[in-house]
Amino acid sequence: MFSEWGRTEIVAAPVKFAGAVGVMALTLTLIIIVVTSGNPASGLQAEVAENLSRSGVENPVTAVLLNFRSYDTLLEIAVLFLVVVALAPLSGKVSPTERTLQPSTTADLPAVDPMLRGFAGWLAPVVLVVAGYLLWVGAYAPGGAFQAGALLAGAGILVMLVLRQPLDFTHSAARLALVVGLSVFVLAALALLLTNGALLGYPEAYAAALILVIEAAATVSIAAALLLMFDNLARTPEKAL
Amino acid sequence: MIFIDIVLIVGVLLLAWVSLSGDNLFRSIVLFISLGLLVTIGWARLGAVDVAIAEAAIGAGITGALLLASWRRLRSPETPTNKVADRKPGGVNVQ
Repeated sequence: MFSEWGRTEIVAAPVKFAGAVGVMALTLTLIIIVVTSGNPASGLQAEVAENLSRSGVENPVTAVLLNFRSYDTLLEIAVLFLVVVALAPLSGKVSPTERTLQPSTTADLPAVDPMLRGFAGWLAPVVLVVAGYLLWVGAYAPGGAFQAGALLAGAGILVMLVLRQPLDFTHSAARLALVVGLSVFVLAALALLLTNGALLGYPEAYAAALILVIEAAATVSIAAALLLMFDNLARTPEKAL
Repeated sequence: MIFIDIVLIVGVLLLAWVSLSGDNLFRSIVLFISLGLLVTIGWARLGAVDVAIAEAAIGAGITGALLLASWRRLRSPETPTNKVADRKPGGVNVQ
């Protein structure tokens, strides 16, 4: 089936080639213009460095993401939650005849590869620890909530590949994991709005703790959302739309 | 160090082109994951280590897993009556 894809020509080959050359020429021109403009934009690096001590963290990236521009991060978590809302109805309770990650016929059920099983058994706890480390170290060095959440989701996918059990994302624990990120962020924003008068205006004494709490909740939510996406894709076609 | 940068640039462009062209979908997916790895090194070379970690975890890891799961579902095309009782045993339904 896919061998036909390469031969379906809607646009003739010379036109495609000319288009590719044109795009590359444009890209090269833009690169040359940017590189030789002589004034690399430093952005707001100076201002961020000035206010870093007041932000509660030592990593400028985390300071910008979770303090100076925390509203943008709140909206990002909200977008991720929108994706969860779109996918959630497809990951409900599973019937006993449905399986994930397995052939549809029960006749040919190969056992889980023992090397994968052993490897996953070693790797999943290590990844859990590394994800926790990335979440914590995000305040001092490169790391943070998104990286830790994605790593957690990777460990979850590994476990799902071995366990071969469809996950029920309507379970209350799963629902809690999916909403905790956005909820904590919004609650913190509202609480700060009511007490400080500024949306997400952290008081300097509590900034570090607040950032850690928000990041921890966001990590759980990001991992759960990515696992939801994978679970949706990994279900057998019987349950597809 | 400039040599590494040139190898990275050429490698990224080459991998992107090879990943998009070609008939074999599985090959394209695997090359896309490799592209994610090269882009990770590129980010690290640019000094954006946070983005490099995120690219490795999300771009290469999660996206790779999602693409492979999609590929697996594409292998057994959905028919109007896609019930277990109608399927034949063996690899008849698999492309």
